[in-house]
Amino acid sequence: MAQPVIGLEIHVQAKTKSKMFSPVSAEYFADEPNSHVDPVSLGLPGAMPVPNEEAIRKCIAISLALNCQINQKTKFDRKNYFYPDLPKGYQISQYDYPVGHDGYLEIDVEGDARRIRIRRVHIEEDTGKSIHTDDGTLLDYNKAGVPLIEIVTEPDFQELKEVTAFAKLLKQTVQYVGISDAEMQKGQMRFELNISVRTNEPDGKLPNYKVEVKNIGSISVLEKVLQFEVKRQSEILAKGEKVVAETRGIRDMSGATVSQRLKETEDDYRYFPEPDIPPIYISDEWLAEIRSELPELPAARRDRYVHDWGLELEQAEILVEQRDKGDWIDLLSKDLAAEKLKQAVKWFIGDVSGLMEKKGVSVAELPVSPTDLIFLVESVAENKISGTIVKKVLEEMFESGGRAEEIVKSQGLEQISDSGALEKIVDEVIVNNQKLVDSLAKNPNAINALVGQVMKATKGQANPKLAEQAIRTKLGVS
Amino acid sequence: MLISEVVNKIKSKELSSEQLVREHIEKAKTLGKELNAFTTVIEEAIEKAREIDRKIAAGEEVGTLAGVPCTVKDVIMTEGVRTTAGSQYLKDFIAPYSATVVKKIEAEGAIIIGKTNCDPFAFGGSGENSGYGPALNPVDKSRVPGGSSSGAAAAAAAGIGLFSLGTDTGGSVREPASFVGTVGFKPTYGRNSRYGLIAMASSFDTVGIFADSVNDVAYVETILAGKDPLDATTYDHPVPDYTAAAQKSSVKGMRIGVPKEYFAEGLDDEVREKVQTAIENLKEQGAEIVDISIPLLPIGLAVYYVLVPAEISSNMARYDGVRFGPKVSEDYHENMMKGRGQFFEPEVKRRIMIGTYALSAGYADAFYKTAAKVRAKLTQQVTDAFKDVDAVVGPTAPCVAPKIGEKSDDPLAMYLMDIYTVTANLTGCPAISVKCGTNSEGLPIGFQIMTNRFEEEKLFMIAQNCTN
Repeated sequence: MAQPVIGLEIHVQAKTKSKMFSPVSAEYFADEPNSHVDPVSLGLPGAMPVPNEEAIRKCIAISLALNCQINQKTKFDRKNYFYPDLPKGYQISQYDYPVGHDGYLEIDVEGDARRIRIRRVHIEEDTGKSIHTDDGTLLDYNKAGVPLIEIVTEPDFQELKEVTAFAKLLKQTVQYVGISDAEMQKGQMRFELNISVRTNEPDGKLPNYKVEVKNIGSISVLEKVLQFEVKRQSEILAKGEKVVAETRGIRDMSGATVSQRLKETEDDYRYFPEPDIPPIYISDEWLAEIRSELPELPAARRDRYVHDWGLELEQAEILVEQRDKGDWIDLLSKDLAAEKLKQAVKWFIGDVSGLMEKKGVSVAELPVSPTDLIFLVESVAENKISGTIVKKVLEEMFESGGRAEEIVKSQGLEQISDSGALEKIVDEVIVNNQKLVDSLAKNPNAINALVGQVMKATKGQANPKLAEQAIRTKLGVS
Repeated sequence: MLISEVVNKIKSKELSSEQLVREHIEKAKTLGKELNAFTTVIEEAIEKAREIDRKIAAGEEVGTLAGVPCTVKDVIMTEGVRTTAGSQYLKDFIAPYSATVVKKIEAEGAIIIGKTNCDPFAFGGSGENSGYGPALNPVDKSRVPGGSSSGAAAAAAAGIGLFSLGTDTGGSVREPASFVGTVGFKPTYGRNSRYGLIAMASSFDTVGIFADSVNDVAYVETILAGKDPLDATTYDHPVPDYTAAAQKSSVKGMRIGVPKEYFAEGLDDEVREKVQTAIENLKEQGAEIVDISIPLLPIGLAVYYVLVPAEISSNMARYDGVRFGPKVSEDYHENMMKGRGQFFEPEVKRRIMIGTYALSAGYADAFYKTAAKVRAKLTQQVTDAFKDVDAVVGPTAPCVAPKIGEKSDDPLAMYLMDIYTVTANLTGCPAISVKCGTNSEGLPIGFQIMTNRFEEEKLFMIAQNCTN
């Protein structure tokens, strides 16, 4: 059976104020072309690179998060090739001493833990951007020199869902560690795929060719490209033909690939140590400091939610998707006991998240504070308000702000537990719903409809249990 | 007159900077032109001189080079001024920013009156590779002034500008200084900023100084030296007052090493004789002369001519005609190929080809990597030598200034002129060339002194002694 052999190369733009090798601003998205340039990023004669410490720190941090060994003596190298968007005719990258090497990321595929080995993690500079128009190619050097972290896996993927799981978890990890926002639509994270299909190679032996697909800008396109390539290559192999080793590219979001460049020989980049930058020594202290600042990573957090909090796996996964969601919910954990915490999570991933999506509000902009949600959950537990009121209060908070407690108090939303007031309403409901009352004998469930009428009449403020009791007493049904 | 004395006269209004600068520009336009020493003479410099005079008249603070005319090699970026690197490829290139060394001397009030001619991108040892024709040696105009800082040496020896900034990657300041009979200094690698110096070989390049006296060189170096946040290879080492060191001038008790490898085959007899005399003089002044051996010295040149072209091949890749440089076609590839083909001088192409080869897969192990290892070994041998001696001395060049055309057809003969100077660049040590006499034809002979890294003070002390 044909089995794919897949390796990934991932490029992540490190989020830093300035570029990798010069002080010019790296926050260029959607800005005027060539407005973030200086002698260094334009490769002018005489300009010299000075490495960005923050970018190196981020590269170390993601290497540690990916369980890599660190080359404490590391250096930069020049990768020489000509391309119009490569201003110096070489890219400053890392060759034989990458910051990180020999790590792994453990992914979860349908409850099955699998380890994908990381070959290396290194830091380099991004290139400029070629914009092809009918009148020729335009060049924008805003992106040139932006810090870029390259993560290379071993060819450990054998199933497409492994690739998807890895891509998603890596993206989360990058966000958790604060390396990058990893917004793919902004080009902050890009994939390169190495793929071949194993036919009858003995175990442990890789096929004797590989196809590279460059510049994949989203996980969904990555999935489509994988499907396309596995099918394409399998069909060629099934005919007894050879798959051409080449670099392929994508034209659109369909996942179809087209041949770009044959790879008959290895590219010769004439790597040599970058003489403009002395070797860098990562001290034990610096390493320890970066290690100590690493946050809890997605997998650990997910396990904590499931094992310590008793959440459903699905719920836990929603919470770890974005670091700030988990950070937010973690704020409640010290004030709420297990059951109430679960209720809070339900509200958070249900109504709160729904409202966030509807209103386009991020966690940072959330109008609901942990104190608000704690108040609401406690109030429900104490029978002071109903779920309907919680919904209403949350909507109100998203609409016009304010604190949950104030809204409940000022609008008199606490449940009507006063039996006198409730009895009066129950009487009216019985009078106005004679048909329902009559049907009770045949259909005992009609009691619920009557309670519903009471809730409606009180705009949700009645305590449903007390209301039911009152109805039963009045009508003399048990 | 020392530069410091000129500055004092300008400050005390005994001398007008405008007048002085005007005279030097005039000289640059006449004698300088005859010597083909300049690619650009900056007449607007008079405005700046006038401004210095005005400041002094108004009692404002001025710097330690206030009003002093000087020249800068054309591989160093000068904002708003054409910077050709001695190559036709950059014949219309106006530098959009200034090198750190330029900013430093200008901040002290120096007036740059011209950009000096040189071998293209500093590739050469005679100035004859220049895209603007060879500069001539003021001592004998039928001869080269040496290179690659050919125009700088010619201008300095002709008294145009009170000092000249050159660059030294394998001897490009010291060898021409030797040929024209002036003082030429190369600092420790990383002592002076390279930011804005058009790169030749980045792990070898230094900005050096030509001047009439060791004192003047030390005076200017005190201004140039120091950490530059824009150059990651500069060091934080404190910058001492080199002028004070130069004035101490005592070699008593110093141990001066004379490597036997510097006096082997290929050394001109008259050069050998004058250099021996200089060594004798040091002995008479109280220095102890020690015969030493640095076995790898003779291989230095071969190592140099593998590593330097390798770095050159990479540094020259930015000349693709996209952001600057000649436009000869609308097509990217054609423009790059034709532009480089048409405007790069032959020596530029030769070094790019040698260097690309030395770095290519299958050859890098035999060439680049082996050479890099030998460089490290040689550096170790030189460092070891400095455990025993204070300085290593010998001839700057194996010969006196050749006739124009004498060696220009033979690249190997040309490369051999660097045999004694490349050691300092391979090892990062500071070195200086001072005149130690003339040959029977009256042609200057240079004496080279090299000290350990960051020992410029000692270097100036010894050099001063050799010129007294």
